[in-house]
Amino acid sequence: MNGEISQIVVEIGESDFSQEVLLSDKLVLVDFWADWCGPCKMLGPVIEELANEYKGVVKVVKINTDKNSSLSSKFQITSIPCLIFFKNGVAVRKIVGFKPKSDIKKIIESIL
Amino acid sequence: MIYDVVIIGGGPGGLSAAIYASRSGLKTLLIEKNTYGGQVTMAAAIDNYPGFGAGISGFDLAVKLENQAKGFGAELICEEVVDIKYSYDYLLKKVITTESSYETKTVIIAAGRRVKEMNIPGESKFMGRGVSFCATCDAPFYKDKDILVVGGGDSAVQEAVYLSKFAKSVTVVHRRNELRAAKTLQKEMGLCRNISVIYDTVVKEILGKSSIEKVTVTNIKTNENKNLNVSGVFVFIGLIPNTSFLSNVILDEVKYVVTDENMNTSIPGIFACGDIRKKQLRQIVTAASDGAQAAISARYYIETARIS
Repeated sequence: MNGEISQIVVEIGESDFSQEVLLSDKLVLVDFWADWCGPCKMLGPVIEELANEYKGVVKVVKINTDKNSSLSSKFQITSIPCLIFFKNGVAVRKIVGFKPKSDIKKIIESIL
Repeated sequence: MIYDVVIIGGGPGGLSAAIYASRSGLKTLLIEKNTYGGQVTMAAAIDNYPGFGAGISGFDLAVKLENQAKGFGAELICEEVVDIKYSYDYLLKKVITTESSYETKTVIIAAGRRVKEMNIPGESKFMGRGVSFCATCDAPFYKDKDILVVGGGDSAVQEAVYLSKFAKSVTVVHRRNELRAAKTLQKEMGLCRNISVIYDTVVKEILGKSSIEKVTVTNIKTNENKNLNVSGVFVFIGLIPNTSFLSNVILDEVKYVVTDENMNTSIPGIFACGDIRKKQLRQIVTAASDGAQAAISARYYIETARIS
């Protein structure tokens, strides 16, 4: 079950960012995270649940900030966890810090 | 559904209360509005909690506490509590959240504290975009950059030392003419070559377009203003209790919940534990101790008030 859920959230990087995020025809939720970030680890399962609940509607991807520093600086990430929503190739909303699932759902519903 | 105890807050105090309450057979609900562990999750390493002499990260400790509470059968949910309703002639209390409400025989308030903000221009604009309250969360983003640390207590100095390992330079700004931090921490900071301290000074404004470009500081003795070119501001000027949602229980003059040694508040059946209490030492170990006592006091109240 767990393996099945975790496959929904794909880890992407600098090379496939345009293809996976900017050119997607769906709303894309990008989870910026790193290994050393405790709250990111707490947010991880929440993100996976959301990816499952919004399967086919919202595309969810993860970006490791340590491995993709150019993306981190491009999107001015100075604090993680950081979620950025992309719609038609444009960053439309940024959430910094851990937020409960219900809060993130409200935000998703407001942008969909 | 009526709970025996509803615990508000999932830091070490609340989670310890949940462990003791559920282990002693009480139907327990813990409500946390953000992350289990609370302030603890921000600590890179804890080495003064009994049994963890080699040190444990705040995150790891939080997960252990969370799993322990769940293991004994406590129910944990993520919602924000806005009020506790009670009346003297009706023994049940109602905990109201933004999503729902929960009936319970007893309530344990363990909502802890939150970091104090400076309330100066630019602070909220750059929140999470250059203004930070957690060095261990954000330090890696300031590699080879110049940053400012505000405060002079233990956490300010501790975090300045941590940040100095990443940043090019760390400037500590403190409003008094000497630091309040423990001497050992000050000594440790003295060994870091890229940390400097400016005394008698407060931050007046944070300036920049999309990211922080400079910060204006004021010397409170000479009233002289100075601009510092930094790209990050880390604020450690203290903590304040999360008591604004409490309308009933008695608070002290600085808004901490007043309890007796058994964690009873001014209202029968409502208890408090951890950092939110009026007390001298606010540590994980004292929060855990409070939590255990609060849970047992709640059980005693249920038994003696004959509402079981």
